[in-house]
Amino acid sequence: MQQQNTPIDLSSGKYVKVWQGPQHPGITGNMSLELTLCGDEVVECKTHVGYLHRGFEKLMERRTFIQNFTVVCRIAVPEPTFNEYLYAAAVEELAGIEPPERAQWLRTMNLELMRLASYLMWLGGIAAAFGQGTIYQWTITHRDYVLDLFEEMTGARVYHMYIVPGGVRARLPEGFAERAREVLDRVEKLLDEVEKVLFKNAVFKARAKGLGVITPDMVDHYGIVGPNARAAGFERDLRRDEPYLVYDLLDFEVVTGSASDAYERARVRHREMLEGIHMVRQILERMPGDGPFQARMPNVLHWQVPAGETYVKAECTRGEYGYYLVTDGSQFLRRIHVRGPSYTHAIAVMERLAVGTNIADIAGLMVSLHTYPPEIER
Amino acid sequence: MNPTTQALIDRLSAHFTLSEVREQKPGLLLLKVPRKDAVQFIRDLRDGENYTHLNFLTAIDYIEQGIFTLTYMLHNYANHQGIAVHVDIERERAEMDSIHKLWAQAATYQRELREMFGIRFPGSPGLDDDFCLEGWDQIPPMRKEFDTLAFSQERFHTREGRASEDPREHMRQIMYPTHSD
Repeated sequence: MQQQNTPIDLSSGKYVKVWQGPQHPGITGNMSLELTLCGDEVVECKTHVGYLHRGFEKLMERRTFIQNFTVVCRIAVPEPTFNEYLYAAAVEELAGIEPPERAQWLRTMNLELMRLASYLMWLGGIAAAFGQGTIYQWTITHRDYVLDLFEEMTGARVYHMYIVPGGVRARLPEGFAERAREVLDRVEKLLDEVEKVLFKNAVFKARAKGLGVITPDMVDHYGIVGPNARAAGFERDLRRDEPYLVYDLLDFEVVTGSASDAYERARVRHREMLEGIHMVRQILERMPGDGPFQARMPNVLHWQVPAGETYVKAECTRGEYGYYLVTDGSQFLRRIHVRGPSYTHAIAVMERLAVGTNIADIAGLMVSLHTYPPEIER
Repeated sequence: MNPTTQALIDRLSAHFTLSEVREQKPGLLLLKVPRKDAVQFIRDLRDGENYTHLNFLTAIDYIEQGIFTLTYMLHNYANHQGIAVHVDIERERAEMDSIHKLWAQAATYQRELREMFGIRFPGSPGLDDDFCLEGWDQIPPMRKEFDTLAFSQERFHTREGRASEDPREHMRQIMYPTHSD
């Protein structure tokens, strides 16, 4: 990877500027890359966001604590559940509410099924970015099976609004565990097929190996987290390092890699999906079958949370996802800040890794970093 | 407060003036430092105390007191401890030293804070480039005095034939059509 040190003179005829996005199949969500090319090689990359800015943080300062839980899920479309959990956990901490044990198990299962659904979409995305659209069809179909489970559990496929301050909205429907196990078996079989068709594919290997290498010195300097850091050999996972919900009761492995390129990141995520399936099976086996799933709550229409401040985080598919809340004793938030991993992965990291990359591999590089623009813009 | 955290506070207090120190929960310490010491303090935390991860940088608007409080959230991966470093700056002269040389992603946070709160970080790369907003010429929108409703009413017009229902009245008419106060 070479950094461009000499000024780029566009009038020299040596360079051409190309915009990739905001509407482009190789861009994850709506953002754009302003690429300067010399031949096929990218010599400069500037990122542009704002296409999805809806001012969530400002909106939430003007809404009551209970109204906000319908807003937060929209901040990361493919993974709304993590927003629901983090907002609920932060409000509960500041308000001194302890959700019941059964709710903790249900929340954990919800988060792990969400991880599976999100990874399935990502796996299809990385395959499609390297020209293997068929795998995308397979994984999106299987994601839909997981969404069926969400529909059963929560009544909604995408924005579940299931994890609410104090607990969860509902118990599991009759026969859910059997149907969930069936879906897990199907996804496991699919992952076995993807292993053969994608990871052993010569074209995928040729293009993804060596692409977008994150060096160890970049990890902390750029704030790289999650699978992008784990693929570089950093054994960090909040579920194990700072356990929340019932993760300390589950048996799972923190998956790491070493090559730290697009291929390795895909391998790490593929193995994490198998770990996720293993975790959901344990939860289905060990979760309490009865008991309350919602704590006793104050009248939420007149809810005033005591003055305070906290930062709550969880390990989402892209790494550390966090909610920072500041309250002043009123019915409204003084400040809420949503910390999404894409903030650095899609901007500072992408701008650096794109330099020296072939234009044809930019889509694959971007997908390999697994970014969601809405969590950048909030 | 556990002995490790207390020892850290003692070490830091030897060189800096700390205030409003409290432990929110195990693993999250909150404290405030004067603006003039802030960047050196953060640098020392990173280089001397292993707080190598910048979780985020953001601001809180305390319009009643005429200040912005900046929050630098730092994390130590070795002992899994976090510190929220607070720094007060005046709203009227909203300016702070840049930390873009400490972390690569800090420039993006500072660019956002310039756009959304109007806080300047001299020397930060691309500080005046648009972040989310294009050609914005109003009050920075995350400031408390920015009125979103007034902005919408001034900027957008109501289309003919469309009306908003008052939710309370609308539901009362549906559920209790014969009821009167």
